[in-house]
Amino acid sequence: MSLQLKNLTKTYGSQKAVNAISFDIKEGEIVGFLGPNGAGKSTTMKIATCYVPPTSGEAWVGGFNVAEKPMRVKQITGYLPEHNPLYLDLYVHEYLTFVGKLYGLTGQKLKGRVKEIVDLCGLTPEQNKRIETLSKGYRQRVGLAQALIHDPKILILDEPTSGLDPNQLVEIRKLIKMISQQKTVLFSTHIMQEVQALCDRVIVINKGKIVADDKLEFILKAHATGSVIVVQFEGKIDEVKLKSLPGVKEILTMESFSYKVIADGTVDVRPEIFRFASEQSVSLIGLKQEENSLENIFRDLTITPAMHEKED
Amino acid sequence: MLQVLSKEFNGFLNSLIAYIVIGVFLTAIGLLMWVFPDTAVLDYGYADMDTLFLLGPYVFIFLVPAITMRSFAEEKKAGTIELLLTKPLDDWDIILGKFLANFFLVIVALFPTLLYYYTIYVLGNPAGNIDTPGVIGSYIGIAFLAAAFCAIGILASSITRNQIVAFLLASFFCFLSFLGFDSVSTLNLWSSEALFIKQLGILYHYDSMRKGLLDTRDIIYFLSIVFLTLSITKVILGSRQW
Repeated sequence: MSLQLKNLTKTYGSQKAVNAISFDIKEGEIVGFLGPNGAGKSTTMKIATCYVPPTSGEAWVGGFNVAEKPMRVKQITGYLPEHNPLYLDLYVHEYLTFVGKLYGLTGQKLKGRVKEIVDLCGLTPEQNKRIETLSKGYRQRVGLAQALIHDPKILILDEPTSGLDPNQLVEIRKLIKMISQQKTVLFSTHIMQEVQALCDRVIVINKGKIVADDKLEFILKAHATGSVIVVQFEGKIDEVKLKSLPGVKEILTMESFSYKVIADGTVDVRPEIFRFASEQSVSLIGLKQEENSLENIFRDLTITPAMHEKED
Repeated sequence: MLQVLSKEFNGFLNSLIAYIVIGVFLTAIGLLMWVFPDTAVLDYGYADMDTLFLLGPYVFIFLVPAITMRSFAEEKKAGTIELLLTKPLDDWDIILGKFLANFFLVIVALFPTLLYYYTIYVLGNPAGNIDTPGVIGSYIGIAFLAAAFCAIGILASSITRNQIVAFLLASFFCFLSFLGFDSVSTLNLWSSEALFIKQLGILYHYDSMRKGLLDTRDIIYFLSIVFLTLSITKVILGSRQW
């Protein structure tokens, strides 16, 4: 089952929350939907799950148009809304049974499915507790469980990992990775590492427009602007010579005997620096390559266009 | 629809709401009916249940909104309405499910008052000297009244995400539709239209049912109120689509 958006636009008043976006997610693909807060991620997902209708354009989910066949779309889609709303006064088991019934599951099938999903989401020790007594990580699992109860072909997760502690983060990511086999998954996040951990394709959206839609590695390559290496020597060195090493663009003095070397990214300059240190007969006590961090690329993609607009 | 209905109704039973509602209603009506000398039936001289059916609606004006106020307001506030609306449910499934759950709770609260009927039946002189068909008509009347109030309460709850606002609006609208038209019709301004205005209000139709007169016009009136109010609720619920 695929998910296609064609020229989708949603306006709230005079504000364009989503501005003519199109993409096509094929069956079995896991796609990260990335963008700063307020970029239009949630709106897009709300349209794809029939919660709000598009102003113009079309959304096809599993071959059904959301405007024409919302019931069919809802039946094959599992959705975890932003902030994971839950009926806090229900018990975990009770809640999952209720959601299962809404999808038309009954009797033994429903019972079996609830048990299965409770096991899958690691909720077994918590299944007889009230949802309001659960920790955030477990609530998130309940949210995922309700989205999965009817074994949907398409899974739409809106910021499934926001607000979790690092341990819960790892667990929830693992869980998403596990459940997303043989499903078409679109999940939103504003954390780049998440995309790296979970999927290979990423769609970046900013101010309602798609600014990148590609495999993560291609995006990384396209935005590789050189590398930064932090070096620390034990004693004084010849700064001019350091700067004239092949591949080095610039050096910045940080503190005594410690420099930030900016390389153009064409060659790895670390061996050169190592040799340079031994030539200078100074010990090299630190050599660390700063990743051209995912955050920087994220900023690059989502801030620069806005600045260009301003310049226009 | 049944899933929503049973979840909502269980929600009442699993929280304190149901018991408080039933307790408050029975205490208030019980005191009026048996204790306070002004309204008590014991010294009244007539073996009828008028106290219950005359004063019941006024208790309902406060009690029904207290039950219905959370229906949509709470879901909107907690965001769970998004969950519900993205499940394979028609808007009517949700509205009717909630409406019926609220309505059933009111009926459950009314149920113990059948004991009053039995008491008066036994205490009558001679025993059994009570207008049974009249009482049946009155019960049907108050059930329709409860349905109308529940529908109004559901509508009020769908307008806002604040439960207090929902309660106040619902109380106000219940009061207005119950007594408002009747009071307005007494103004001299439109004496020629007075009857028509009176007929718009619930009181006119409730009164004739209370006397045991089951007229299809009254029944159609109540059903129209419920249908109209719930239809407006549907429009409001769908207004996310505007």
